[in-house]
Amino acid sequence: MSTATTLMLIALLIPVAGAALVVITGRWQNLRETMTLLTAGSLFLLVIQLPGNVETTVLAELAPAFTLAFHVEPLGYVFAVLASFLWIITSIYSIGYMRAHHEQNQTRFYAWFAIAIAAVMGVAFSANLLTLFVFYEILTLSTWPLVTHSQTEEARRSGRIYLGILVGTSMVFLLLATGSIWHLTGTLDFQSGGVFNKNIPAAILAIVYTLFIFGVGKAALMPFHRWLPAAMVAPTPVSALLHAVAVVKAGVFTILKGTVYLFGLDTLSESGASVYLLPVAAVTIVLASLIALRKDNLKARLAYSTISQLSYVVLGALLANVHGIIAGTMHMVMHGFAKITLFFCAGAILVASHQTEISHMRGLGKKMPITMGAFLIGALAIIGLPPLGAMWSKWYLILGTLDRGYWSIIAVLVISTLLNIAYLLPIPIRGFMNGPERGNDTLEEAPFACLLAICITVIGCIVLFFQAPALVAFLNEGLNL
Amino acid sequence: MILEHLPILQVAIPLVLAPLCLLLRNSRLAWVIALVGSLWAFACAVLLLTRVLNNGPLEYALGGWEAPWGIALRIDLTGCFILLLTGLIASLVIFWAKQSVENEIRRDQINLFYCMYLLCLTGILGIIATGDAFNVFVFLEISSLSSYTMIAMGRDRRALTSSFHYLVMGTIGATFILIAIGMLYMMTGTLNMADLAERLPPLRDTTTVRAAFAFLTVGLSLKVALLPLHQWLPDAYTFAPSAVSAFLAGTSTKVALYVLLRFFFTVFGVDFVFTDLRLDVILLPLSILAIFVASIIAVFQEDVKRMLAYSSLAQIGYMTLGIALVNTSGLTATLVHMFNHALIKGGLFMAIGGLCLRIGSTRFAVLKGVGRAMPWTMGAIVVGGCGLIGVPLTAGFVSKWYLVIAAIENGAWVVVVAIVLASLIAVVYVWRTVETLYFNDAEQDTSLKEAPLAMLIPTWLMVILVVWAGIDTGMTVGIAERAALALIGNSP
Repeated sequence: MSTATTLMLIALLIPVAGAALVVITGRWQNLRETMTLLTAGSLFLLVIQLPGNVETTVLAELAPAFTLAFHVEPLGYVFAVLASFLWIITSIYSIGYMRAHHEQNQTRFYAWFAIAIAAVMGVAFSANLLTLFVFYEILTLSTWPLVTHSQTEEARRSGRIYLGILVGTSMVFLLLATGSIWHLTGTLDFQSGGVFNKNIPAAILAIVYTLFIFGVGKAALMPFHRWLPAAMVAPTPVSALLHAVAVVKAGVFTILKGTVYLFGLDTLSESGASVYLLPVAAVTIVLASLIALRKDNLKARLAYSTISQLSYVVLGALLANVHGIIAGTMHMVMHGFAKITLFFCAGAILVASHQTEISHMRGLGKKMPITMGAFLIGALAIIGLPPLGAMWSKWYLILGTLDRGYWSIIAVLVISTLLNIAYLLPIPIRGFMNGPERGNDTLEEAPFACLLAICITVIGCIVLFFQAPALVAFLNEGLNL
Repeated sequence: MILEHLPILQVAIPLVLAPLCLLLRNSRLAWVIALVGSLWAFACAVLLLTRVLNNGPLEYALGGWEAPWGIALRIDLTGCFILLLTGLIASLVIFWAKQSVENEIRRDQINLFYCMYLLCLTGILGIIATGDAFNVFVFLEISSLSSYTMIAMGRDRRALTSSFHYLVMGTIGATFILIAIGMLYMMTGTLNMADLAERLPPLRDTTTVRAAFAFLTVGLSLKVALLPLHQWLPDAYTFAPSAVSAFLAGTSTKVALYVLLRFFFTVFGVDFVFTDLRLDVILLPLSILAIFVASIIAVFQEDVKRMLAYSSLAQIGYMTLGIALVNTSGLTATLVHMFNHALIKGGLFMAIGGLCLRIGSTRFAVLKGVGRAMPWTMGAIVVGGCGLIGVPLTAGFVSKWYLVIAAIENGAWVVVVAIVLASLIAVVYVWRTVETLYFNDAEQDTSLKEAPLAMLIPTWLMVILVVWAGIDTGMTVGIAERAALALIGNSP
């Protein structure tokens, strides 16, 4: 076993070990948090050491042709680095948030958090669809205790929707897609160029691809998006992790990976199997933005914004060309940083002022300048203005759409950008412009740990703008498209 | 020397140990004896399995009397597989059962309970080992009669009626089986299964043989509890002592299914059953019906044990579905699921038994939020539940996966969709349990303690096996595949 392989397997185990350490040290708060941070830090350092390509290692054989196997390829590498880095930041933020908010059962929270990250690593490094499916399900189940953390009646209801939709779509559609891919090609391994041979009937390919895309409920494509706003009942760090990094990104990552390594860009574009889904993605982008516009609850608005933004990535995959895939992968990263900033801010506002409704946030910016300032930058990043990272992903998405000549999609992207402005910018504008509401005089900034996390992600948004060309080069070279 | 007589010794030793429990009148000693008997069965199964894997099916003539005159024992790979399963479940359940039995069964009856347990085990081991059709009936009755007794020992008076219900239904089934065996004897003049297989083909168009087949199938389906012949099972599992539920869920229906397989594939033959009589046309819809109806009923139960009982009915549907698909993958799926489901259900009933010991009831209403005080028991229930749903990395996924593959091989897409949809119903009833244990509405009872270690260890051993069988499938699927090939390939 080569060093790289060993490192990869250790990366899968570190979060599990971290969860065990958290449980063991659960009685001593500070020690427990140190364990979380140490685990997160060492995971990130290890993941970033990995080369962009590590060949497949079979860990276990579920059945003769069905293996539990791992490898590293550029998409998975980017996803793993993103998730492990943001885990550190989310952990820092969690410490501030969970203590300030006096949440119960914090040990359980940190332990399941670590398990969820382990599942994310499994998704990122899986070498075949079966392995990916396995970790995809583990991710769903391990985040359920996080979503229902407060154990209220509302949490119970949301937990049901969360589990119902995610397990339902994956068990029905994704499993059917997996079965049919195996039946049609005799393999589930991710390989460059895809596993399908060229003379497969276009109609069958289209059906299987549609099953696959809708099977990935975590990508929140309409009409399977309801779990995302439902999961808002969770503590804010969980929302940040679920909706900016782990869960939703695992969804779109699955779609990207399947598109590139199972269906194959050439096969898809020649057969036109992905065209039928473009309207679904387009409708999701616009409709989710419109719903976001009408939400007064800040977290709910952000949730619908996430649904809309995720479909950008799906759109990138559906374009089935090089620019589309690059755009999708970049948007995974860029949106990750921007949206986690916004969620962190929403949590900071909640901790400091106990406000959840946007209409009550007038004048908050004067008391919480750092938080509101960060929110503004995060919002601009979502909108896609320079010098912020998300500009690049939108740029490549437009390039990819132009390659295909879909003018209507360009129109959708333009409308969506305008809607982004309409639902995000009023929040910081209200925050800074209007005078403070009565009763807010004693208001202070959020805890230091929260602010620190927010600042890091804001800087990340800006740094990514300058580092984007390097990312494109890495993807171009590694994907060999 | 001993090794050669293993096929009969593995049945004989528990049979001899059973009256010992009765005579010694000491509950602790009886437990030790039952443990020894179960471990013996497990050890024999392992030894037999290695021999059969290396040398092929074992033939053994009882008392040195050759086959047509004496009783022959015949253990093939399928038999070994089920023997291993029975030995494993029996040992783990008995290891676990001590405190649960002391809690749930009257003090003066504990040694009787262990006596019945050993007799039931004897019956099951006998059914698997024998090569004689009449012997199947005898051992089936031994195991059934002892099960009725054990169920009647339940903590609730309703155990008596459910036991009686089972007795009536079980006896009807046994009578049908006896009639069938009588008819076969009348036509062929032999009771030896291998001889039967040889002499039946020329007679297969006679009404008598067909009637015998019908009686046998219905009689065994009653014992298997295939919908709509299932009414005895939910009550029996609900009101039986926890140890009995765990043991029976893991073994008794599986063994009846094994007899069914054996008659279908090695006595009557695939051609007769599935080409001439087209049994699959009846069995397939019934299986799917069983899966759906039982799963849906499970969702609405107010008692965890009852819910698990209905879930068992659904899982039996999966097993018969594999038979109805009539291909090697389907049969592999059936055999693997027999093994996996025994582990899953055994583990779940053991975990629920832990709850029952601490709380005294298994109704959902009183189980609210107890997961917090009993995290390990709760963990076992969650993992076991995931197995029932068929979440990847648990044993349940492997068997369902093979079933899906088998259905795809036959081009039966409707069946594929049905399997997948039924898993969703399983999600509902499993998650209802998890939610109940996880969320607490009422005030927490602080005196509630985790189940004792002596119960947790076997429970978790079972749970670990569930996960292990979901990851490393070399053992289960490997053997099941060979056994399925042998069953279909050697069919007369």
